Amino acid sequence: MAASPEAASAPEPDAVARALDDAHRREWARVLAATVRVAGDLDLAEECTQDAYVRALEAWGREGVPRNAGAWLTTAARRLALDRHRRATTLRGKVPLLVEDALPVPGVEEAVLERLEQEDVVAAGGEVPDDRLRLVFTCCHPALAREAQVALTLRLVCGLSTAEIARAFLVPEATMTARVTRAKKKIAAARIPYREPRGHELAERLDAVLTVLHLVLTTGHTAPSGEGLVRGDLVDRALHLTRELLRLMPDERELRALLGLGLLARARSVTRTDAGGAFVPLEEQDRTRWDAALVAEGEAQVRAALRGGLPGRFALQAAIAAAHTTAPSFAATDWAEVVVLYDLLGRAWPSPVVALNRAVAVAFRDGPQAGLAAVEEVATAYGDALAGYHYLPAARADLLRRLGRRGEAAAAYGAALVRCDNEAERAFLRRRLAEVGEPPAAGGAVGR
Amino acid sequence: MAQYLVLIYEAEDAYTQASPQVLDDVYQAHGRFAERWGSAIVGGNALQPSGTATTVRGDVVTDGPFVESKEVLGGYYLIEATDLDQALEIAKAVPAPYGGVEVRPVMVFG
Repeated sequence: MAASPEAASAPEPDAVARALDDAHRREWARVLAATVRVAGDLDLAEECTQDAYVRALEAWGREGVPRNAGAWLTTAARRLALDRHRRATTLRGKVPLLVEDALPVPGVEEAVLERLEQEDVVAAGGEVPDDRLRLVFTCCHPALAREAQVALTLRLVCGLSTAEIARAFLVPEATMTARVTRAKKKIAAARIPYREPRGHELAERLDAVLTVLHLVLTTGHTAPSGEGLVRGDLVDRALHLTRELLRLMPDERELRALLGLGLLARARSVTRTDAGGAFVPLEEQDRTRWDAALVAEGEAQVRAALRGGLPGRFALQAAIAAAHTTAPSFAATDWAEVVVLYDLLGRAWPSPVVALNRAVAVAFRDGPQAGLAAVEEVATAYGDALAGYHYLPAARADLLRRLGRRGEAAAAYGAALVRCDNEAERAFLRRRLAEVGEPPAAGGAVGR
Repeated sequence: MAQYLVLIYEAEDAYTQASPQVLDDVYQAHGRFAERWGSAIVGGNALQPSGTATTVRGDVVTDGPFVESKEVLGGYYLIEATDLDQALEIAKAVPAPYGGVEVRPVMVFG
């Protein structure tokens, strides 16, 4: 069979699988977002998108991988959605349609068709209209609970399976499924609109998007539990999405800062564990193994994000990350600058975690004794909020160890171990515990 | 267009202890709200205090509101909006100085 002008001839099965995999990572959100406009319903759009990928496997194996996989998939998914609507004409009046500015009223099939064809003409030119922002802002609508925002974004925008999301966030799959279902129902029943926020809404809505992306990034950077320290796939999804959003909103400095922060974190991820998979603290990391290209790009993004006005919370976090990557060594880190940045961050984003990080920076600026005092201040101020947070006893343990107070340090390492669920971090804490000696027999002082 | 019920939950104590001036201010604020969003308002009422409520559960009748809480349902508006964002914009304008409002879409049958 002659290859169509769009397609390469005689595709290898492997090449098709790779192309499909690639298209899943890169195009899922674009295809789904464009399909929602025709389907008018998230579930239907999701089914049709999934179906389009299944059909692609077969069609591309036969005809070759199209030059514009995204356009092919979008056209296929939207046609599937339209077919389903046609077949379900009796039902159509009852389907709760997503509210969207320009979408014709259900039932005006000609209008939908006409528009679809217009968009296909555009698609044939290689440009698929980009609806991803609508999709992201719908998933991160403030009327949805934070965990629902995260789950929906990963599911609908990143194409992760519910099982994968459940694993990343340590909840049973059934819980995650219920969460996603409930959120989709609310979107339909409460008529959460499928559109980009306008003017004054944008700032508050963007903050939710940033928070969700940051949460995905940090969850991937240090997995809350399990064997490995880093879940690179999550970090990469978050980075990819952040980069794409920045392309659509290049003036959003906080988004740029988040990209910079993520890139700098990714650049260091290989050195954050040793050969055995145990966590390696910044102090002991081999800086020559940091990914120089990622560091350079990350630092450039951070510099750009810091220009043009007061830095926001992500710009400040990114500036702190950059202070570490620009330092030639741990000892040569500009701790005074880091403390100042944490002071500013504490004002822009008051949080016990920020306060604790500031205390650790104080320890390196003024010595472990001053640091310990700062940590105890944080513990007094935020004790309850940090009760299950293993980084508090871990910070305390590290400073006690530096002060040579081995018995107290051992007790604090024990307290950190009790609260830590990540195997890579536990291995590091156990190593340190062995260095300072076992905790005193009266382990009750560890507190529980 | 869809309909939403905007339920106003406030601390009743604040009103029982409030000066006539404060009560008048809140009353005026509702007047301004009704003027601004008149076309979207389908209906609405203030309710008598929760002490006047009677609860019926099955065929047991008891004194008091359905749920005891510090902030109680004190009134409502039934509004019409294109989507949740517009409903929330209207809801933000509903005066509720001693509490807040809950926005619930009205279920459509058929």
